Amino acid sequence: MRHMLRRRAGTFIQATAVAVAMLGAVTAADAGPTLDAINARGKIKVGVGTSPGFFAPDSNGKWQGFFVDFGRALAVTVFNDPEKVEFTSSSPQQRLPSLQAGEFDVLLSGVTQTITRSFKLGFHFGPVVFYDGQGLLVKKSLGVSKGADLNGATIGIQSGTTGELNIADFFRKNKNTFKPVVIEETKELRTALESGRVDALTQDATDLAITRVQLTKPDDYVLLPERLSKEPLAPAIRSGDDRWLEVVNWTVYATIQAEELGITKANVDSLLESDDPEIKRFLGTDKSLGEAIGLDPKFAYNIVKAVGNYGEIYERNVGKGTKLDFERGYNQLWTKGGLLYSPPFR
Amino acid sequence: MTVTSLNSESRRTQRRGVTVAPWRRGLLDSPGNIAITLGYVLVVAWLGIPFLRWVVFDATFSSDAAGCASGGGACWAFIGEKWRFILFGTYPVERHWRPASACILLIGLLIAACIPRFWGRGLGYAGAAGLIVAAMLLCGVPGPIVATDQWGGLPVTLFLSVGAFAGAFPLAICLALWRRSDQGGVRWLATAFIEVVRGVPLISLLYVATLLFPLMLPAGASLDKFVRAGAALTLFVAAYLAEIIRAGLQAVPRGQYEAALSLGLSQRQATLLVVLPQALRAVIPPMVNLATGMFQETTLVVIIGMFDLLNTARAAANDPNWIGYYNEAFAFVALIYFVFCFSLSRYSLWLERRFGQAKR
Repeated sequence: MRHMLRRRAGTFIQATAVAVAMLGAVTAADAGPTLDAINARGKIKVGVGTSPGFFAPDSNGKWQGFFVDFGRALAVTVFNDPEKVEFTSSSPQQRLPSLQAGEFDVLLSGVTQTITRSFKLGFHFGPVVFYDGQGLLVKKSLGVSKGADLNGATIGIQSGTTGELNIADFFRKNKNTFKPVVIEETKELRTALESGRVDALTQDATDLAITRVQLTKPDDYVLLPERLSKEPLAPAIRSGDDRWLEVVNWTVYATIQAEELGITKANVDSLLESDDPEIKRFLGTDKSLGEAIGLDPKFAYNIVKAVGNYGEIYERNVGKGTKLDFERGYNQLWTKGGLLYSPPFR
Repeated sequence: MTVTSLNSESRRTQRRGVTVAPWRRGLLDSPGNIAITLGYVLVVAWLGIPFLRWVVFDATFSSDAAGCASGGGACWAFIGEKWRFILFGTYPVERHWRPASACILLIGLLIAACIPRFWGRGLGYAGAAGLIVAAMLLCGVPGPIVATDQWGGLPVTLFLSVGAFAGAFPLAICLALWRRSDQGGVRWLATAFIEVVRGVPLISLLYVATLLFPLMLPAGASLDKFVRAGAALTLFVAAYLAEIIRAGLQAVPRGQYEAALSLGLSQRQATLLVVLPQALRAVIPPMVNLATGMFQETTLVVIIGMFDLLNTARAAANDPNWIGYYNEAFAFVALIYFVFCFSLSRYSLWLERRFGQAKR
């Protein structure tokens, strides 16, 4: 029975995805703007994935995680209520067709922004919320601090990913050699590293962080800081609603700008008294900005009050204090050597 | 079947007459059998001892995540922390009594449907009423509405499988009768439907229901994803069930129908009162078989982003505080699936025996 049910499913899914994308391209123009639908419904529908720290329900069934917090921030911008949002998990194969079919208003499931997805599939992307990329996980006892030190190493790679090409390019560029061991199952990758069959694993850094936690002795292993590929993870929406895109954009920027201005969940109330014109504009104590853009003048204040600034969201879900113990890396403010940069609030 | 009953009979005669302890016969009565027995004991010990150590002796029963990390065996504290989530998913925690009572209601319906004395029109009405009440319980009526996206775990699995089967049953009877009808149009339609649905994998039906169907609706109209998935499952079951019922109809001798007509029954009465009851009775085992399969197949809804029982188990082990306890999570739901499916299969055997006796 099982074989019968699943046969040809793979090709079918691809065919559906293409058909949906084409139908969507036709209907997107005459469909009502997403923001109207959100207001009529009274809540935002967010597509997420399932990955510890990024999106996972807790023991009470409440969604928690890095991307989930940005979904709540959107609900604050639109409704001033972090609970007016509904999360639905979506597999990597079906998340884009589902977005196109209108299942979600925004996809916060760790979608990599690419040119194909923008042009061919007709999606818009908000600002990158997480700079991911292929990384290397090595045993601390090897004494390796950067990828170039891994000359001649045996490296575990997950099959069926672009990781194989990237790692080969990386070693060729450094004029080094390596021995690839291609493994399909994540669990076997872990076993291979622990048994010493491979010296290092390569996957997307977020996956490696999760892999590391599941090792018997996570503290014996370290995630090297360099990235061998670019995986900018950004919120994705259907094209055809510019206003909704701007809401998504400036919600993300608000969290980044808040960190840059040093505004946190804890001090945001006291900063309402601040005389700094920039902070006054940002928090909406100076109402001129809010009136000009047609959002609640205090939307940025509300976001910080409800979910915190970017740094707080990061540290709470995946940062140093959590089991994932993920370095900020590129996900650091531009003033501190990272890539996070918010356009000015004026 | 026959082999085991013969065996138990011969064992009984053994007990009466000869002195050899019955359990030793066939186990230790020849060098070859002794070797085989020893071999089995070794295999059982080789597999069983590490298993028992994992399940019981090395396991951590009451502790937090840190305590579990230091222990070597299973982390049952994880299940203690997560059992509510695995059973009910993202349903609002303070209203868990609702999915819990929906589950009890659905299991009650299932048990009632298994008792031959209740078979009849009354069960149909009770089933429809029970499903509506279960749906109301899950929706949160009366009270604030709980969106179907928040449903999860056992009630989703139960509601989808019981609902799909209950909804498919009348449809399947119609399809089976139509497919055997003399009227070309009806017969052609039923045949086309059955063959098309059976010619497509379930996963693709689910995709059509969730992705393509909303695009075909007029602008502004929408139908809940749960309803769409339920409808897709119902149609799928109906096509398979119709073929099973058609087999039953073919097994009823034509003489039965003709005799009923000659007694003055109308064609309709002859079919509904004489042929159909016999046909359905004949195909109960394959129907239970299909039901068992469907109970497990509903887990395919995971591909359209719904949290059925298996998926909540996986998600439970994704909590960053309790990361990676997949074995415990899957063991827990495997136990639940086993209880349901094993009971269904034992029930099917019991039913077969019962009808076998009735025939004799």
